[in-house]
Amino acid sequence: MAIDPNERATPSGIPRKASYLASDWHPDDAGADAAPGAYPFTRGVAPDGYRRKLWTMRQYSGFGTAAESNQRYRYLLDRGQTGLSVALDLPTQLGYDSDDPRAEEEVGRVGVAIDSLADIETLFDGIRLDGITTSFTINATASVLLAMYVALAKKQGSSLARISGTIQNDILKEYVSRGTWIYPVEPSLRLIVDTIEYCSTEVPRFNAISVAGAHFRDAGATAVQELAFTLADGIAYAQRCVERGLDVDSFAKNISFFFYTHSDFFEEIAKYRAARRIWARTMRERFGAVQERSLHFRFGLVCGGSTLQAAQPMNNAIRVAYQAMSSVLGGATSIFTAAWDEPFAIPTEESAELALRTQQILAYETGVPDVADPLGGSYYVEALTDATEREVLRLLDEIDAQGGMVRCIEDGIVQQMIADEAYRKQHRLERGDDVVVGVNRFQTQQQRELTLFSLDEGLQRTQLERLRAVRAARDPVAAERALERLREVLNSECNCMPVLIEAAEAYCTIGEMCGIMRSVFGEFREPIVV
Amino acid sequence: MRVIVAKPGLDGHDRGAKIIARALMEAGMEVIYTGLRQTPEQIVSAAIQEDADAIGLSILSGAHVGLTRKIVTQLRERGSDDIAVLVGGAIPPADVAVLREAGAVEVFPTGALLADVVSAFRRHGERRA
Repeated sequence: MAIDPNERATPSGIPRKASYLASDWHPDDAGADAAPGAYPFTRGVAPDGYRRKLWTMRQYSGFGTAAESNQRYRYLLDRGQTGLSVALDLPTQLGYDSDDPRAEEEVGRVGVAIDSLADIETLFDGIRLDGITTSFTINATASVLLAMYVALAKKQGSSLARISGTIQNDILKEYVSRGTWIYPVEPSLRLIVDTIEYCSTEVPRFNAISVAGAHFRDAGATAVQELAFTLADGIAYAQRCVERGLDVDSFAKNISFFFYTHSDFFEEIAKYRAARRIWARTMRERFGAVQERSLHFRFGLVCGGSTLQAAQPMNNAIRVAYQAMSSVLGGATSIFTAAWDEPFAIPTEESAELALRTQQILAYETGVPDVADPLGGSYYVEALTDATEREVLRLLDEIDAQGGMVRCIEDGIVQQMIADEAYRKQHRLERGDDVVVGVNRFQTQQQRELTLFSLDEGLQRTQLERLRAVRAARDPVAAERALERLREVLNSECNCMPVLIEAAEAYCTIGEMCGIMRSVFGEFREPIVV
Repeated sequence: MRVIVAKPGLDGHDRGAKIIARALMEAGMEVIYTGLRQTPEQIVSAAIQEDADAIGLSILSGAHVGLTRKIVTQLRERGSDDIAVLVGGAIPPADVAVLREAGAVEVFPTGALLADVVSAFRRHGERRA
């Protein structure tokens, strides 16, 4: 097969030359030669990169009951993990109690089952909330989980001014790709603005939203689409906050982002550099933000996902290691390195530990984090950053021209673009246009025996018993009163966070709280796009 | 040939289901994609109502065994067990045999090729027709 060196391109379709010269880079146009820590932050938000603070090593985990997951968290913290990332089961993500008929088969499977504050207490048993940061991948029910977390912090005596963490709370991308929506768009956005407003004053160090492109990416989007759609979502949320009457400098600090790092090394680095620049300019020019913190684009990410393969699965550890390095060269704030066995099941203790060690080797043995933005000034990386920015801005203009992101999602336009890309990519893989080692090149017949995680099915019964015990032990009058108040507040224009916290403290269950929200708000109807 | 592509349970990962639906359509089959969060009852009813020849289930949440069993059982109870059930998703190697025992005629774990999936639907769907 003859390869024309002039016809290479990144997976997003940005042409790639065989070599880059000084003439390929135009620093005056882009502000890219500004130092790390200086506007527009292409080269990072901190002047000294990772010297003062490494990225947070935050491994997504959780399964079965809160007690089981608490053990896994302690195991990971014991081995040097620096932040927690809570994986919740699908009933929790969709506002069903564990004993709801719709929850059957799903309790504790893809994450931990949380029914009430009692489970959150067990989940963080022995862990001070003011001594760790916690990220929750939770969206439609994010306000409820935040309420439980705040309730636990108060109970522990941890100051709300000091606790920090993240709720994903990004419903727009759920309508497009991840699928854990409950309510229609407008009430969902109201809940999100409620949480942002609440955090901006009451829990100021908490990221009330982590605008996530990761799920667009894993659904098939290119890196350019991932970034453009994520920024478009971020703009939509900021716009809603401004419409509520919030000052941009009060809430911008509570917005963070989340991505997938896939395998094309330099494309990913360019994506993150371009992201910082575009967001800083958007916040300043479009929203009039003044404080420097408001302009900082902070992001977590995950390495792995759809790039991981079932064939020759140990190869996945190598893929994740390269992805983690490009993430650090791109200036990530926090990283989750997925385990090699992710195509089959949630990780075992051993595979989870190896995934964590991947980051620690990168942090402490390679010397990579010693210098801020070490690729700054590379003709290639700068040119690719500029090209990524141009393509993303073009897509953002397109979205604006079609009525903005909310409209594009309601019309299924974004879903269609991603589905098209996923289908194209599958054909490229099967034709061998994209090489994946062990899958369409260098295959072997040999299959190794794998030791995989399997969920103890008895845990589901344990959770049901726990839930019954919580309902029996709580003060029924206080619980009933809190739920009544919740209904009133949902029907008003008041911020619902205080009453949700009150309901959490009364040990109301997630199913009870979300059941009321369902009856007040209704449910979203999914446009079917293939 | 008429096929239902369904997402049972609460799992929202629909990349695979959509790719399969599209590949089956391009292969000339009539495809009904249900969208997310379908209960076994809804899927079985849709298959009977639409007079489908096959059902493709896509499950990535780990709930594949229980959900497949329920769907196969209900098809049997409603006298429609001639509708072939094919299952794909994040399925550990050890569960392939379990799913076949539960009544799935084909199982496609991560990494299955479109050509294989399409020909399996054709084989099992035409058997009925």
